[in-house]
This record gives sequence, structure tokens and C-alpha cells, in this order.
Amino acid sequence: MLHTSFLSIPFHNPLVLASGILGVSAASMNHVVDNGAGGVTVKSLSKEPRTGHANPTMIASDTHMLNAVGLSNPGIDHGLGELRMFKQRSTAPLIGSIFASTPEEFADVAKKISTAPIDILELDISCPNVSTEFGEPFAYSPHAILTIIKKVKAVTDKPISIKLSPNAWNIAALARVAEQAGADAITAVNTVSGMQINVQARMPVLHNKYGGVSGPALFPIALKCVYDIYAAVNIPIIATGGVTTGEDALAMIMAGATLVGVGSAVYYRGTGVFQKIVVEMQQIMQDEGIASLDEIRGVAHAS
Amino acid sequence: MDNPIILKISAITQENPHVKTFWFDYELPSKPGQFVMLWLPGVDQKPISIAYDTGECFGLSIFAVGPMTQQLFALKRGDKLGITGPYGNPFSVRENTRYIMVAGGYGAGPLGLLTERLAGKQSPVDFCVGARSRDLLLFEERIEKIPYATVHVSTNDGSKGHKGYVTEILEKLLSDKYPSPPFGDTDTTQKILVCTCGPEMMEKAVLNLCTKYNVDCQISVERYMKCGFNICGQCCVDPLGIPMCSVGPVIDRETANKITEFGLYHRDKAGRKVEY
Repeated sequence: MLHTSFLSIPFHNPLVLASGILGVSAASMNHVVDNGAGGVTVKSLSKEPRTGHANPTMIASDTHMLNAVGLSNPGIDHGLGELRMFKQRSTAPLIGSIFASTPEEFADVAKKISTAPIDILELDISCPNVSTEFGEPFAYSPHAILTIIKKVKAVTDKPISIKLSPNAWNIAALARVAEQAGADAITAVNTVSGMQINVQARMPVLHNKYGGVSGPALFPIALKCVYDIYAAVNIPIIATGGVTTGEDALAMIMAGATLVGVGSAVYYRGTGVFQKIVVEMQQIMQDEGIASLDEIRGVAHAS
Repeated sequence: MDNPIILKISAITQENPHVKTFWFDYELPSKPGQFVMLWLPGVDQKPISIAYDTGECFGLSIFAVGPMTQQLFALKRGDKLGITGPYGNPFSVRENTRYIMVAGGYGAGPLGLLTERLAGKQSPVDFCVGARSRDLLLFEERIEKIPYATVHVSTNDGSKGHKGYVTEILEKLLSDKYPSPPFGDTDTTQKILVCTCGPEMMEKAVLNLCTKYNVDCQISVERYMKCGFNICGQCCVDPLGIPMCSVGPVIDRETANKITEFGLYHRDKAGRKVEY
């Protein structure tokens, strides 16, 4: 019922662990698959190891999470071992996420990660929390998107999905640029910029001052982005952003998504959230007489 | 809501030459073995185990070991700190059980609280506390005041109590009780529960002894964490992938024996493996 083919890669169900939640080690990704995820995305890897920002890096409320982890990761050389180890224990599709400070470095890291058994290569060009170090995210610039995709395409045979930012007002147009540059898929969206100030402490709570908003508050923003992108491109979409329930996941598919990323929902409903969403999707599909996800993909555009 | 609340330090007490307890008049409430994320605004935030909790106020006993804790030591009564939590799986508070606590260094904090919570439970406590030297011992006097607890001290340099490792006291207690293992459930006396918190190599030795003598054991496992609430994935252990902030920090013997990295390596802030 939920079986999904994405770029000809079979997924048991369309739910994938979004990058940055859990996903630091092979074991944590295997644990997520054991809890019902159809696939997983590794926490983004870079050329060199990074310790990330000082704490607090994550806070959460009933409506949203706010994070500025600062792209901590063990570096691509160490990360390759974790990716291989994941595949030794699991047949679930693996999305390798990378980021870099220049298009050339993206190509270097892409070449390295392509030696690992990943199924899809995700390019994170949209982290909103590292601008003091990296400058404005590449996800706001058509030129940067074009250059990065061309350089990465030249060094890898893996299908590429580019992760875009909801902070860009013209995300659908940028998705079209990515498609024309040769991207195989779009991941939409990263977190939206935000901050919190503690009144008693009289300062921002996140050590980085600002961060990315995720969780239920991001969902309607992400849904609109996915809806607009689906209308603009023909390549498939990994829809990520605040998906917490089976109803959310089906709404994303009706907006045009093929895969659905789940991240902050782990906070709201535990690691078992993947299996819970699967059951909810099946129940709604049964009630509504929906036999397959292909039947409803993009259906909201017909109205 | 996992968002820091700001509390004023209500008192600061000196526990030994290296450890201060920071007190807060606030009802958490916590269970022994749990921790809070302590935010020093503008500096950093770290998990700190709860050493005291009377229900009306709680205390965090802190060694000045890093940049954040050194800055904490400069704070005064009335200064503000942020708290989230309490978090984590606690030690068990059981009736009619013979507890053996094995504390190394600051591990005496949560085990001290656990000992206090056993009041009225008909559960006697052997409290084994070890340190490198006499001036680093923690909570020896606090536990000596408790009528149902017996304190056993060890120091590596022999400046107080048994000279050597605290685990040697544990082995003596286990072998005196059970001259020829295994026993476990068939013994007619009170069932033993060993609880340990301290340096990982000490905990690993405790685990091995409890496995050898077939006694129940609960171990507090420390791993680097960013969030404390099961999201960042930094504290997930190999090969189970379970987070120590929420499934732990206190785990049982069976789980600990499945964690292959226990006593071998942990991960740093970047997620790289670091061997012990």
C-alpha cells in the first residue's frame, strides 16, 4: 500500500529520516529503520570534522523546535565507515547528505561519499545556522545552485537531490534552476530562520543567537513550498518540514511529494513515530478508498 | 517544553577542596540518577547529574574541570542559571533489597541521592566510594549519617581507607556474601542490587564482577550529548543505536553487556570515536 519507487529505488514506505535528527552513527540509523523508517538520511558530512556550536543548540516547545547545532559531524573520512556499517546491517535506502563552503569543495566531498554504498546524494546548501562562517546560504542564489550541481554531477554517478530553503521567497523558481542544472530530485525544505530570547536572562537562548525552526510550526510553510515546487518541476520531491502525523504525510503527497522526511516528529512522538505514521497513513487510505500513493500524488493541484 | 527556565542560585556549599554544590529553591521533582541540562547564559550548557533533591530544593555538585565549570565557580548566591529537565532513566528504588553502591569521583552524587531515597524501604546499603586520594572523596560524611548505610572508602594512594580500587571492595562484598558463585535467585537472603556511577573503566569492572557473580546491576553511562531529549543522536551507543539521554543514563546489566563500545570508546562533539 505504501510501497514507493523513488528514482527507481524501492522504498518499503515513503518515510525517510530527515538529516540532522539522530543519524550521527550507523547504529542510530539502523535503530531508526528498526522503528519503521523506509529510508534514512545521514547527518550532513563535510570535508573536515566539525564540533559545531556551543550549547544550547536545541530547544523545543509544543509548537516547534529551534536548533543551531552548527553542522557538527565527524568528517567525510570517518563518515564513510559509518555509511558502510549501516548497509552491512540494513537493505533500506541510504541518503548521503553533504555540505561544503565552496562549489569545488562540494565536488571533493561528493566524490568521496560516492565511494560509499549510498543510494542518493543530498546536497545541503540551505543550513540557516552557519552564515557567520559560510556567508549567505547557497540556496538563495540561482548561480550557486547551478554551479554546485554541475560540479557535483561531473564527479558522481549517484542521483542528486538538492535541499532548498524556505527562507528563499522564490523557492519554486530555484527548484527549476536545479532541475535545469541536472538535479535528479528536490529535498524541500530545510528549517526556516528563527530565534528565541529568554526574558529573565535577557539574551538569545541558542548560543548561535538564531537557528532553524522545525516541527509542527514549519509544516504549513513546507507544504506550500512543496506544492509550488511540484507545479514548477518534473523531478520528484522529498518533502520535509514538520511532518508529525499520517495526515501530514498524506497532505505532502497530495501536494506532490514522493518521499516524506520525518525529523522533529521524533521529539513529539518518540523514535517509534515512523511506525505510528505508517499505521495512520494506512488507516486514512483505507477509510478514503486510496489504493496507492501514486493515485493521490499531486492530486491537490486538480482543484 | 524543553526550554531553559531561569533560576537563582539560593546557596553554594563546599563539599571538598574541589567540589561545590549549587542549590536552587525549586521543585523539579527528580528521581535518583537523572540529570538536568545546566545553562550558563552566554557560555555553554551541559548535562549535570542531580546530587540532592529534597522535593523543595535541589543541588548540583560540580567539579571545576572545564571552561564552563570554572566559570560556574566564580558565581555567587543570587546569580542566574538556566535549567531544563530533569531527564533520563533513573536508578530503581526497591524495597527489601540489599544495595551495594559503587561510586567513583562525582558518581557519588546520584548514588548519594539514591541512598537517601531508600529511607523506610527496608533496604540496607553498602556504599563503596573511591577516589584517587583523600581530598577527592565525595559525600563520605553525608552517607555516614544515614543509619541503614555502611560506608566503605578506598583511595588509590591509600591516604584513606582501603588502598587500591573501589571495585576490590565490591568483589570482597560479593565473594563474602556468596562464597561460590553462581547464586542469583536461589539465594534465600535479600536480593542484591549493585548500582554504580563513576569513571567508565571502573563501571566496566563493576559490570564484569556483577556478571561473574550473577547479581543484578544498574550502571549510569555517560555519553556526550547536545540536547538531552532524544533528538541530536550524539549519545547513541554501538551497536544498539539507543540514546543514553533517555534510554539511559541508567541501564541494566543485560543492556550494558550488549553495548560493545562500553569500556572501549565513546564519541566526541564531532561524532568521532575516542578510545578510553
